[in-house]
Amino acid sequence: MIDFKPLRAAGAARVLADKIAEISTGQPMRFMEVCGTHTMAIAKYGLRTLLPPEIRLVSGPGCPVCVTPNAYLDHALRLAERSEIIITTFGDMLRVPGTLGSLESARSEGADVRMVSSTLEALALAETHPQREVVFLGVGFETTAPTVAAALLEAQRKRLTNFSVLTAHKTMPMPLRVLSEDTLQIDGFILPGHVSAIIGSAPYSFLVDEFNTGGVVSGFEPLDILESLYRLVRQVKQRQPAIENQYTRVVRSEGNTAAQALIHHTFIPDDAHWRGLGMIPGSGLSIVSDYAAFDAAVKFDISVPASKEPDGCRCGEVLKGVIEPPACPLYGSPCTPEHPVGACMVSSEGTCAAHYRFLNRTLQ
Amino acid sequence: MCLAVPMKLIDKRETRGVVEAGGVRREVGLEMVPGVVLGDYVIIHAGFAIQRLDEAEALETLALFKEMDDLA
Amino acid sequence: MSHTPEKKVRLAHGGGGRLSRQLLDDVFLPVFGNTDLNRLNDSAILHAGPGQLAFTTDSYVVDPLFFPGGNIGSLAVCGTVNDLAVMGAEPRYLSAGFILEEGLPIDTLQAVVHTMGETAKAAGVSIVTGDTKVVARGQADGIFINTAGIGYIDHRSRVSESRLCEGDVILVSGPLGCHGMAVISARKALGIESEIQSDVAPLNGLVKAMMNASPNIHAMRDATRGGLASVLNEMADQAGLHIEIKEAKLPIRDEVNTACELLGFDPVYVANEGVLVASVAQEDAEAVLHAMQGVTVGAEARIIGRVCQGTGSRVTMETTLGTHRIVDMLSGEQLPRIC
Repeated sequence: MIDFKPLRAAGAARVLADKIAEISTGQPMRFMEVCGTHTMAIAKYGLRTLLPPEIRLVSGPGCPVCVTPNAYLDHALRLAERSEIIITTFGDMLRVPGTLGSLESARSEGADVRMVSSTLEALALAETHPQREVVFLGVGFETTAPTVAAALLEAQRKRLTNFSVLTAHKTMPMPLRVLSEDTLQIDGFILPGHVSAIIGSAPYSFLVDEFNTGGVVSGFEPLDILESLYRLVRQVKQRQPAIENQYTRVVRSEGNTAAQALIHHTFIPDDAHWRGLGMIPGSGLSIVSDYAAFDAAVKFDISVPASKEPDGCRCGEVLKGVIEPPACPLYGSPCTPEHPVGACMVSSEGTCAAHYRFLNRTLQ
Repeated sequence: MCLAVPMKLIDKRETRGVVEAGGVRREVGLEMVPGVVLGDYVIIHAGFAIQRLDEAEALETLALFKEMDDLA
Repeated sequence: MSHTPEKKVRLAHGGGGRLSRQLLDDVFLPVFGNTDLNRLNDSAILHAGPGQLAFTTDSYVVDPLFFPGGNIGSLAVCGTVNDLAVMGAEPRYLSAGFILEEGLPIDTLQAVVHTMGETAKAAGVSIVTGDTKVVARGQADGIFINTAGIGYIDHRSRVSESRLCEGDVILVSGPLGCHGMAVISARKALGIESEIQSDVAPLNGLVKAMMNASPNIHAMRDATRGGLASVLNEMADQAGLHIEIKEAKLPIRDEVNTACELLGFDPVYVANEGVLVASVAQEDAEAVLHAMQGVTVGAEARIIGRVCQGTGSRVTMETTLGTHRIVDMLSGEQLPRIC
């Protein structure tokens, strides 16, 4: 049995922290991570306190729940109103507020909303409830998209007529381009380890080629992240941006070709609206016409009002790492994890939520 | 996003398998890891194995961190 | 008078008539029967102790009704016994009110009642009064139980004042998160399977041993819903002080850790049903710890932190990495996540 505990060893963390301080020699640097799980890990382990103050860690748009537009939630809520429909969703989406309420509040009003931990559970529900329509809410990046693709394939194989997916899947490399084109100076990216497990490291090479910015594909344990930061600092000091892979135990440079094939078989890239960031071309995944019978957006004719951001909300700037959460006038009041107003607070791993839970009040 | 945990494959039936770690078991989809065999470690996300763990690389990474820890 | 035993609970069982009496005779009295209860008066007449009384109530709803390590009946007795015990009271008498769903198999009810009887005996309490109502199918999840409890305050203790003091040591009596994860595994809806057993257990024996070891236990809490983090926040908040704990010291079983990681849960927020947290004067901490470890249910007790002067945040934790983070109050139930 492999023992993974050394990935959290305090002594090694200090060694890495010292190495980072030593080679950074006080030079200001700003690194961005684009994965909610990284946001959480950094906050949960207090990693910022191990870094020299000149090194700033910024959270980008890495929380797929946070960047899902209101219109999608409202679409799901409209579907939930139909008595023949069972909405199946990951827990992450349950409390997200759209303009018409949340899935949780819809459930308390009688809508059939069920939490699942896998698309396979949603499929099983469709098989055991032939007289009901099961709609699965497909949210997530390239890590999750293949699991939905697998479900679509299985649904077709089993000739199910009562299963469909409402997709809001998004893909990673495009927003990195948008962020790099922005005025904010980012000295390097902590690249998402599990998205990269699927897509490999090649899709990030444009960061070096076009923007002279490096990135390190990073695992999620605290030592993984610290090691990745060390490598990013080293790249900056040596003026040698590159795409490195720290997460070699999981990420191969070519990624997971079987998973990529699954995605290509059922999805095509499409323009997608990122809450707080606006429209990013080619950054979403839409279901291909061969699988239109399983596309809930096609199957059910629903119209919803266009998404509108709440007044005063500065999520867009938070998601781009331009401001820290407390700089938003709504942060803490009225926007809190219990009563989220904007995208960054809605998910427990959103930038503002992570800040609020782990950093809100002073520690000393 | 992308909560995923390494677990060991202890049963396999075509594209369905059972993985285990720390005494906890889960049934998972193996569509993304063709060629996986019993005893392999796989990374589990949302009820699917999304990649095989490269054991050699894992042990190397662990050894690296352990060495650092011993230094401290 | 003989009768054919019913197989399922019917609305009439809650009606107060013949069928209600049959349910009492067939299910409740054989298990709970004692002098007070058997009188079947509208109220039980009890002897008041010499000092103060502790009085508590809780209602129990759990899905599934049966889980590894116990069932709703064990929760119903232990939960109330423990709420009395942590206030420094010797639990004595319980009431038990049942709301049953029409159609519930009588066998199921009997199994729950049997467990309640066994647990009450183990805890040294009597169930002296009760009630049963039946609601139509669909209006209850099988069984809902309410228990209220009375205990006599041990006059040696000031635990009932429940006030942390600066400099106190924080102890926890056993491994965290077992109950919550046992129930989740038993639900099977989240895909995980494990051998995790609920930690549900009466803690009054443990408390007695602790109080024998020291009169300087300043506060105790039963860590239930919301887990360790919730009771620590409540205790710190009430006293206006700050609690700092060490992650490395928290007793958590491997299976619970793995199950939590799989679902994106934090074990410090997961429910317990047989774990207490105590704030003890520094000079007596070792003695109390030793006493706890001498009782089965406290065998894995640990010192996990200390109480300091109040600052901005109520509860903080030194992570295994040596850094610090806030342990906030939970907002709502933890939901499994994939992100």
